[in-house]
Amino acid sequence: MEYIDYYKVLGLDKNATQDDIKKAYRKLARKHHPDLNPNDKEAHKKFQQVNEANEVLSDPEKRKKYDQYGKDWQHAEQFEQARQSRQGAQHFGGEGFSGQFDEGDFSDFFASMFGDSGGFRQRQTKFRGEDYHAELQLNLTDVYKTHQQVLKVNDKNIRITIPAGVEDGQKIKVKGFGGPGINGGPNGDLYITFHIVNNTGFRRHGNDLHKNIDLDLYTAVLGGEMTVDTLDGKIKLNVKQETQNETKIRLKGKGFPVYKKDGEFGDLILTFKLKIPVNLTEKQKELFEQLSKLSS
Amino acid sequence: MDNTDMVMLDDFCASHHVEISFIHSLEESGLIETVVINEALCVTSNDLPKLEQITRLHQDLNINPEGIGAVTHLLRHIEEMKQEIAQLRNRLSFYEGEEP
Repeated sequence: MEYIDYYKVLGLDKNATQDDIKKAYRKLARKHHPDLNPNDKEAHKKFQQVNEANEVLSDPEKRKKYDQYGKDWQHAEQFEQARQSRQGAQHFGGEGFSGQFDEGDFSDFFASMFGDSGGFRQRQTKFRGEDYHAELQLNLTDVYKTHQQVLKVNDKNIRITIPAGVEDGQKIKVKGFGGPGINGGPNGDLYITFHIVNNTGFRRHGNDLHKNIDLDLYTAVLGGEMTVDTLDGKIKLNVKQETQNETKIRLKGKGFPVYKKDGEFGDLILTFKLKIPVNLTEKQKELFEQLSKLSS
Repeated sequence: MDNTDMVMLDDFCASHHVEISFIHSLEESGLIETVVINEALCVTSNDLPKLEQITRLHQDLNINPEGIGAVTHLLRHIEEMKQEIAQLRNRLSFYEGEEP
């Protein structure tokens, strides 16, 4: 257990007036309030310290006890008993204190000085439990279809449905699966961030998929049929005659599923990359020369 | 809506040590919506976390309903911006991954 300098927590000296304490508390409480710093554990802890310091220093009785015994808090109870036996049945602190704070909200130091219930005023602050954050790595093909997966979060198995079309970096909330609430507050939520690894050869742009397709010169000039891969299997494609390099074609509904819209898909956009034949035979060269003469 | 999804505001005020006038001022500021069921003023249980957050901001930081409105608006705005950044990162990685 460590001695806590409540004056230092609030950035004050021992001569601080009640007004100084009030101002310092308000300023620091605004800065570190858990509702204004969601999911920031450090801010949450700071806020508890500031709250605790304020509870002691803003109450003249408790401040007096703290000032008197603060550094010797370990002996406070003995001092107190000795003092009470000298002064008769005079109470310190009084029975009026019936705070409802959970002892877990305050430091051991505070509990040792003021008791578990701390002698707080009647105010019970309920806080939502902490939000948990988890990261899940999936392949692009995993999120092509809606599927269920069991996650282990803080030793608890949670079965979640991962909708098709989840994006890289997307976060989903699983309500009530975070940390338990404080003072009867609701449980926090579980946030899962998806990291989608794409090693498919397709590039994803929203719901559309993009892919470059090699096109040989002869099919580009004469047209023809070719087979291309989609995430849903192979399809046959008719290539028009005289297709130019970098021509794009859009295959409607052959892209990625739209998040939470059953049966809706983006498009697949194919870009033809013309491949000029290499290592030509003498005969091929001769035919190309003939072609060249015909064209000029 | 099923009545079990409703939280009576008299109970809420008693357990959180706030006056019913505070609830009225929140409703006037458009921060919460209340409904009357069997002559009792209620909020839906879905809105309860929001109401509890507002109450904490009011009690802990002494923020009035107008200030709470501004704070919740800014918090929502931050969350939207975080989502937009994630989307822009995805778009950027699309262009960065483009084949030459």
